[in-house]
Amino acid sequence: MQMSDSRTIQAPRDMVWQAILDPEVLKACVPGCTELTGTPEDGFDAVVVQKVGPVKATFKGHVTLSEMDKPEKLRLSGEGKGGAAGFAKGGADVTLTEVEEGTLLSYEVEAKVGGKLAQLGSRIIDGFAKKMADQFFQNFQDAIEGPSDPEEAPEVESGDGHKKGWFKRMVSG
Amino acid sequence: MPKDHGIGASPKRREDVRFLTGAGQYTDDINVYGQTYVHFLRSDVAHGRINSVNTEVASAMPGVVRIFTGADFDGIGGLPCGWQVTDKHGEPMKEPAHPVLAQGKVRHVGDPIAAVVAESLEEARNAAEAIEVDIEELPAAVNMKAALAEGAPKVHDDLSDNLCYDWQFGSDQADVDAAFEKAAHVTTLELVNNRLVANPMEPRVALGDYSRANDESTLYTTSQNPHVIRLLMGAFVLGIPEHKLRVVAPDVGGGFGTKIFHYAEEAFCTFAARQINRPVKWTSTRSEAFMSDAHGRDHVTKIELALDAENNFIGLRTDTLANMGAYLSTFSSSVPTWLHGTLMAGNYKTPAIQVNVKAVFTNTVPVDAYRGAGRPEATFQLERLVDKAARELGVDPIALRRQNFITSFPYETPVAVAYDTGDYVATMDKLEEMIDRAGFDARRKESEAKGKLRGLGINCYIEACGIAPSNLVGQLGARAGLYDAATVRVNATGSISVMVGAHSHGQGHETAFPQVVAEMLGIDESMIDIVHGDSSKIPFGMGTYGSRSLAVCGSAMVRATEKIINKAKKIAGHLLEASEADIELKDGQFTVAGTDKSVAWGDVTLAAYVPHNYPLEDIEPGLEETAFYDPSNFTYPAGAYACEVELDPETGKVTIERFAAADDFGNVVNPMIVEGQVHGGLAQGIGQALLETCSYDEDGQLLSASYMDYAMPRADDVPFYAVDHSCATPCTHNPLGVKGCGEAGAIGSPPAVVNAVIDALHSGGHTQVTHIDMPVSPGRVWAAMHG
Repeated sequence: MQMSDSRTIQAPRDMVWQAILDPEVLKACVPGCTELTGTPEDGFDAVVVQKVGPVKATFKGHVTLSEMDKPEKLRLSGEGKGGAAGFAKGGADVTLTEVEEGTLLSYEVEAKVGGKLAQLGSRIIDGFAKKMADQFFQNFQDAIEGPSDPEEAPEVESGDGHKKGWFKRMVSG
Repeated sequence: MPKDHGIGASPKRREDVRFLTGAGQYTDDINVYGQTYVHFLRSDVAHGRINSVNTEVASAMPGVVRIFTGADFDGIGGLPCGWQVTDKHGEPMKEPAHPVLAQGKVRHVGDPIAAVVAESLEEARNAAEAIEVDIEELPAAVNMKAALAEGAPKVHDDLSDNLCYDWQFGSDQADVDAAFEKAAHVTTLELVNNRLVANPMEPRVALGDYSRANDESTLYTTSQNPHVIRLLMGAFVLGIPEHKLRVVAPDVGGGFGTKIFHYAEEAFCTFAARQINRPVKWTSTRSEAFMSDAHGRDHVTKIELALDAENNFIGLRTDTLANMGAYLSTFSSSVPTWLHGTLMAGNYKTPAIQVNVKAVFTNTVPVDAYRGAGRPEATFQLERLVDKAARELGVDPIALRRQNFITSFPYETPVAVAYDTGDYVATMDKLEEMIDRAGFDARRKESEAKGKLRGLGINCYIEACGIAPSNLVGQLGARAGLYDAATVRVNATGSISVMVGAHSHGQGHETAFPQVVAEMLGIDESMIDIVHGDSSKIPFGMGTYGSRSLAVCGSAMVRATEKIINKAKKIAGHLLEASEADIELKDGQFTVAGTDKSVAWGDVTLAAYVPHNYPLEDIEPGLEETAFYDPSNFTYPAGAYACEVELDPETGKVTIERFAAADDFGNVVNPMIVEGQVHGGLAQGIGQALLETCSYDEDGQLLSASYMDYAMPRADDVPFYAVDHSCATPCTHNPLGVKGCGEAGAIGSPPAVVNAVIDALHSGGHTQVTHIDMPVSPGRVWAAMHG
């Protein structure tokens, strides 16, 4: 399946770029991610627990960053093996464009599943993949900007009156 | 008055008592002391190179007895194909190796890579998760046309391409070409016969056991033909001679063809039991069944009909791509060729027919016989085509069929078979009466008043059953004879065990077969039991498929019973001090003709086993006879089916309102069982037409592998059927005059449904719709209406 979307993040492009390369950010953003280690250069090893329809599995996989054109474009690709549940793999081409409000993050995602996931979940896999991507980029946006819903997490007022996400706080103090 | 016993009576099925009370003994009910459990680690990619399979960690896990991989089968035979097709250039089909566990490459999702044998199933599954498999995924050949294109990924590296064979059959090319050249009208149709999964209620099970004491292997398996499995596995895979190999197929919960074939899991369990000297059991999950049971159908066809100015059929040619899947399953090669091409004449006297079939390897589960096997594919394309021709010519589809019916028998078709008997006019007359064709217009108006469209679809069918004359099929490439055998063992008290080579897995043999013997001997059916499904109890048998059991094995049983009667008459003659020529057998009494001197059946059987007063110098004691029967021709059940649908133009949803089946099965032994067989076949045919399809994505991932995605027909998807088999023209060449009824429903019903849908759409003005591929889902109907 393929999908594409974009969202505006209220942060400078360099900061968004930096966040994408940060394993802590990735770990916090990948839905169901319980472990993530590695570096942008060597790629990241990840463990993700997810439930797709009737199939719940622990996926162990490797994520690589490639086609890096700082600070504009990069490709995230990965494959996760879920043992008896089958596998999921996919990639996202991410483009960052400077806009008035901050940074426009556009992504094109393609995802594939195999084995039991495909056999049992094919009807729901498109919706699932879209949900995963939405969640990932929402988490990513929240990590930088702070949660969109102020009830969800305590926010820290910054000097300019904007709420801040934890990543923004970390890098901008 | 209907008979209450013997041939033609409808006693309730005696086997149902145990099936319905939970007392059936299925393969999974069998457990052997010391049994281990195997779990197969299966490929989740469609095509890949196996770089390594590391079992070190998994082997040390709790409960693991041993883990097998493809390397353990070096030097062991692969799974054989039972039919060698010769292509149009005279070359044998390509026959790639089919290892028990994958070697070098995996070729479909579900291909077994490793087998973990453990003390419990749970431990086997856990250890399988710890096997480290390094597979380099390769591009997959999935779509048949793409698989034949230059540069397509090769399923088998050692073959030149993915073409298994290019087969041509029928009339001379020149005759077919001439027919099309002089045709006044040519109708062309391209269609797909959708891939199906058989889905018997009981998934497959295999339990291998080995006795070191006598070096004997036993395989308990869910098979339609235990002797065939013994032959294939013993001779071709594992090298175990027949006297050291017992194959048992106990109660089997439905087969529909998919339990004919010899499967890797059977060979594995038998092999592994010898290796570890413990029993090894495998029980398929439903998910595994979807990716390891042979699938059915999957043909893509272009068919053309040439008609003269008077609408007579003068020529027919077909071009079919048939999916073989990744490996050649046991009878896969015969299905799109000899079981399909030979039926292309249908019920019509078309003089020139040519059939072209290309069989294609793809990275999908192997495809083989499924209820009807080749004949539904032939019937569907022909009967859809005739319907389309009638529509194009603006003539009545029934009249067009009637005009072209074969009416004199025997009839030799241009496609190598000779129909011995039939009456297609009679079944069509009967059908029109059953469906109340005269009342159709009124029913259509009623539907239209509700905003619905109503359509009537009619078709004929013919099939070749009673498989098969061994000398003929031998010439066509079969690697086995297709006779059958029966032993009638009369016990001292007169009770009888009949050991039959046919296997009953829903057909009701245990009820119907005794009716035949009881009729011949004039004794009560309750004195007769059928024994089947165990190679150590049955002399021999080729099993049950192709609607053959009664026609072939039943004929062997008749021959054996005739031998019993001959011998019993000799004994009776001795006891009655009369010539055996004067002895008559009636109602279980042996009587000297024209006298009141008689002895009862039990007196004779007792004398045979307690030969105190017995002609020992002339005949042996005991009363047991065996007969093998090899048919001299196929049988040709035929008939006409009608389906009436209502179609909701808002949603495209089709519901079946009426369905009628007028069948000619020849003589019928148990009408109730025959009716049940037709009902089941119709449900499967309607399932194919409206609901079922097996889908792969472009990477060869199996998408429909559960009942959430593979739509099986349910009770509310099918109507109450009108079923009739009164237009019987008995088979001329077997002693019972029977033709077989097991597959007809599945063969004859899909075109009736689709013809009815097209008729409904045309009545609603959607005349641009000339065909919709099965399953005719609401989405497809709606798209066709608005396309």
